[in-house]
Amino acid sequence: MPDLLLELFSEEIPARMQARAADDLKKMITDRLVAAGLVYEGARAFATPRRLTLTVHGVPARQPDLKEERKGPKVGAPEQAIAGFLRAAGLTSIDQAKVQADKKGDFYIAVTEKAGRAAIDVIADMVPEVVRGFPWPKSMRWGAGRLAWVRPLHSIVATFGPETEEPEIVKFGIDGIAAGNVTRGHRFMAPGEITVKRFDDYVAALERAKVVLDPARRMDMIRADAKNLAFAQGYELVEDEALLAEVAGLVEWPVTLMGEFDKAFLDIPGEVIRATIRANQKCFVLRDPQTAKLVNKFILVANIEASDGGKAIVAGNERVIRARLSDAKFFYDTDLKTRLEDRLPKFSGIVFHEKLGTQAERIARITALAKELAPLVKADPAKAERAAQLCKADLLTEVVGEFPELQGLMGKYYAEAQGEDAAVAHASEDHYKPKGPDDLVPGDPVSIAVALADKIDTLVGFWAIDEKPTGSKDPYALRRAALGVVRLIVENKISIHLKAVFGLVQTLLIQFSFRPDHRRYEALAEMWDPQSQTEPTQSWNDPQRYWLLNGDGFLDRHAGDIGIHQIGDPDLSFDDEYEENYTQRVDAFAELTRRLRYLDSIDVHFMFESVIVDGTPKEPAVVSAFNVLKSEEFSRLALEKLSSDLLAFFADRLKVQLREQGARHDLVDAVFALSSSTSPWRGEVGERSSPGGGDRAEGARGQTSHPTPPLRGDPPPPGEGGSVQDDLLMIVRRVEALGQFLDTDDGKNLLAGVKRASNILRIEEKKDGKSFSGAPDAALLTEPEEKALAAAIDTAKSEASAAVAKEDFAAAMSAMAKLRPTVDAFFDKVTVNADDTALRDNRLRLLSEIREATRAVADFSKIEG
Amino acid sequence: MADLLAGNETRPANLDPARSFQGLILALQQYWASWGCVILQPYDMEVGAGTFHPATTLRALGPKPWNAAYVQPSRRPKDGRYGENPNRLQHYYQFQVILKPSPPDLQELYLGSLRAIGVDPKLHDIRFVEDDWESPTLGAWGLGWECWCDGMEVSQFTYFQQVAGVECAPVAGELTYGLERLAMYVQGVDRVYDLNFNGRTDDKKVTYGDVFLQAEREYSKHNFEVADTAMLFEQFKMAESACQKYLAAGYDAGESAHDMALPAYDQCIKASHVFNLLDARGVISVTERQGYILRVRELAKACGAAWLKTEAGGAS
Repeated sequence: MPDLLLELFSEEIPARMQARAADDLKKMITDRLVAAGLVYEGARAFATPRRLTLTVHGVPARQPDLKEERKGPKVGAPEQAIAGFLRAAGLTSIDQAKVQADKKGDFYIAVTEKAGRAAIDVIADMVPEVVRGFPWPKSMRWGAGRLAWVRPLHSIVATFGPETEEPEIVKFGIDGIAAGNVTRGHRFMAPGEITVKRFDDYVAALERAKVVLDPARRMDMIRADAKNLAFAQGYELVEDEALLAEVAGLVEWPVTLMGEFDKAFLDIPGEVIRATIRANQKCFVLRDPQTAKLVNKFILVANIEASDGGKAIVAGNERVIRARLSDAKFFYDTDLKTRLEDRLPKFSGIVFHEKLGTQAERIARITALAKELAPLVKADPAKAERAAQLCKADLLTEVVGEFPELQGLMGKYYAEAQGEDAAVAHASEDHYKPKGPDDLVPGDPVSIAVALADKIDTLVGFWAIDEKPTGSKDPYALRRAALGVVRLIVENKISIHLKAVFGLVQTLLIQFSFRPDHRRYEALAEMWDPQSQTEPTQSWNDPQRYWLLNGDGFLDRHAGDIGIHQIGDPDLSFDDEYEENYTQRVDAFAELTRRLRYLDSIDVHFMFESVIVDGTPKEPAVVSAFNVLKSEEFSRLALEKLSSDLLAFFADRLKVQLREQGARHDLVDAVFALSSSTSPWRGEVGERSSPGGGDRAEGARGQTSHPTPPLRGDPPPPGEGGSVQDDLLMIVRRVEALGQFLDTDDGKNLLAGVKRASNILRIEEKKDGKSFSGAPDAALLTEPEEKALAAAIDTAKSEASAAVAKEDFAAAMSAMAKLRPTVDAFFDKVTVNADDTALRDNRLRLLSEIREATRAVADFSKIEG
Repeated sequence: MADLLAGNETRPANLDPARSFQGLILALQQYWASWGCVILQPYDMEVGAGTFHPATTLRALGPKPWNAAYVQPSRRPKDGRYGENPNRLQHYYQFQVILKPSPPDLQELYLGSLRAIGVDPKLHDIRFVEDDWESPTLGAWGLGWECWCDGMEVSQFTYFQQVAGVECAPVAGELTYGLERLAMYVQGVDRVYDLNFNGRTDDKKVTYGDVFLQAEREYSKHNFEVADTAMLFEQFKMAESACQKYLAAGYDAGESAHDMALPAYDQCIKASHVFNLLDARGVISVTERQGYILRVRELAKACGAAWLKTEAGGAS
């Protein structure tokens, strides 16, 4: 059967687009061949900088004939029906139709035969369509033509024919380019025309004309030559597959050469040398296999066998590399002259995100958070704080400006050079990790603290401004950050209450960063005056707090002479002349106290002492303050929702992670479902009701209280029930214990019993339209089995809770297991739906207690099976 | 012609492009003049790149063929280094070639120009490495390459797709040679100020530093420290409003013809350079920056639209 050879010869195709283009060409042509009934035996596509080539072998010479049958009217049908049928079938007379019989009688059938076309004609129609619709990432026009291609298209080879015969040229033209059988060799070494027949002689002819068609072979050649050159001098190639692929896309005839640079440049860190030589010159570096250190050699890949053996090329590349390394050395030496901490002030002028403040503010948040997290990960808080302060400083260095991929690493070098503690220095590099599912998780406590602080700050911040990932869109790589947190916590076995951490970050955001933006969360507190454009200071001291209240609208934005005194001694006396103002003031005050009650639990009580105001009220200011209040939707619920949403996002990452490790996703769900509705970080937020002076007094007393909520959960106090499921490590342990428990007979049977109880409850609750939760009345327990069950539930509950409190989930499961016989016995002997309503309701409450008891370890209703 | 394209013509030794900066310029001019380009002299206003010359920006628009080559002094106030960096300058030369429609053998013509200045593609490794070009201030973009010689970028090669917000049809091909860099390569010099300018090797030798080092120092101080920002802010506004005024005044009643596109475009160039100076002085914030770029782009687009209504722009 015939083969197709297709070559699209153009000006230089960008290296990064070549592989994809070859695949696209193959797919587009072969899909169309198959759709046209031309089922081929095999196809391969290749790319060089100047050509895309496709060979398809075993293509049938013709399309199969197509036979189409169309059922018509019955024999003897009205003339109109027959005429319509003839028109539709393209027949001129009913004699051309066949007559066929079925159960209902005879009817006409039109058989049209569409002769298959010659494959070469089908291809001639197909290729122009493919070329015109080719999905280049970017394409262009040239000259006076209208055709778009990645770069100007010069010629097309298209031949078709069986192996044994002279193939034919597929006849078509695109924008004046006629398909033919002529191509060209290497641009400089063999620029003449080459006439080709089919793929075999085409490849051979190109090879003679200094073109290696197959990119994989070019890569192999470069790799082998580079290794040999290195080996011959006792060195080792630093392999780089991405660079290799790119370089193979820049040459048709790879010629690998070695050059060298001044040894003095080896004082620069190896990564900087490598980045310089790689990014700017697309050359490889070599190392000494003994020391693993770079040597002063590099490998370049030229596209030509030069007439002087490559001397001029090597010399030229050496000059460029010398200049580049001089720049790099200058950058590096310059960087070393400035201590990392001295760079920090510059961050005040660099916006991290317009709604999340400057880099300086972000660093302040990370620093505060890392210090708080330090004890939980067994890091020295002072070191964590120092590491966090310095961890971003290298972003302002010359080397990182030039090579962003060296961020973190350079920070480590510069920190070491200025004599920082090793753990502090390493955190500069390691706090970015893990960068993906396969990246190593840092194990040093200081790095862990900073890595967690960095990632959680990012997540809470973007959540707060509603920039969550959606679908495939995740511009801030938040999924990666969350997975990083999950892996840091689980793999380092860190117990930490995430919601408490989120709450802390929220306070830090308010403290350092939020800009006025009259939307939900940001409106919590304005941190600067948009009219005066005064920048907030970084201290939580005076002006900051001043602004916080200012943002709440009770200070005159310019004079600061109204409002705050009302908090301590509100002047709410009725004023005949300004009745409207009076009611507004009262409303505004209520609103402010509501906010302050929330803010109080952050840090706001400190503010009352530090804000100094004089006491002349100004009505217009009150009015405008009130308008500000009205325009801002503020709610504690917004914060809670934020924390819950984000926690759910973490839960999803953890589920993915656990599933990949083989854990059952339904068990993960069963444990996550335990989340209670307790406040994200403080039980009492918003629950106090005393207005006015009461808050003031409490605020003043509150000096000893720390704004930071407990991060590392103590066991929940008795009676509080299940704590919020925000400790990922505990969740993992519970999932593990639950899995093991459900593998036992006790586990399986208990699950069956709980499910049965739940089903009955669901049905009866629906029937009665009420809930049966609540403790059963001991006096109404009549049967011995139900008395035993009630007792067993009490025991199981308290034992399980005690075990959970000690984080001994296996013991908690064992406590649950003890329920099984009594549950089984209960269902065996006791009729739940007793005629006596009181008895029935009590038994249903008992069932509900079974469900409740098991909630100490998991929500069994989420477990499958 | 064949001899010339092969770089074989005879010339005085001090005009050898491998030895003389001006010899390099003359060789390129000779080459492109022989091909048939109009050889223009530099535009008499401050511009950031050869592309800003109306012979490129405006002539790239419209249906009429246009082939031109010229040297353009280019000003990049921010790139000044007080004469201390071996290859960064706030004022340097570009050699610009614009061919519309782009001829099918444009790459070969370019390689011929390299031969004309003594770069033999059989001895050197010449490569076309992807480089997409975009000028936000000109509302322009194109695709092409950086041209590498032994790992050194020596030219930019661009097929214009859009200029001043207008689609280019036919497409113009643009070649930009960074003259200092190219000269440093062919002369084998590592510091731009060491370039031999006039090709003499005796006591009449003049270096690039002799000609420009003082200027680099003076302009660096001016650009970074002293340039009168109050005046510049005012000049920006004046240029912008003058541009708009000339554009409005140039249209005939039916807006079907324009007779002031060039004077209007001068003001657009002026605004662009003033913006670059303000930017170098660090008085334009990150957010404002985008706004200024957009304002210049609006001027450029309006000038492009006006140009299309002139005779050279193809309006009948």
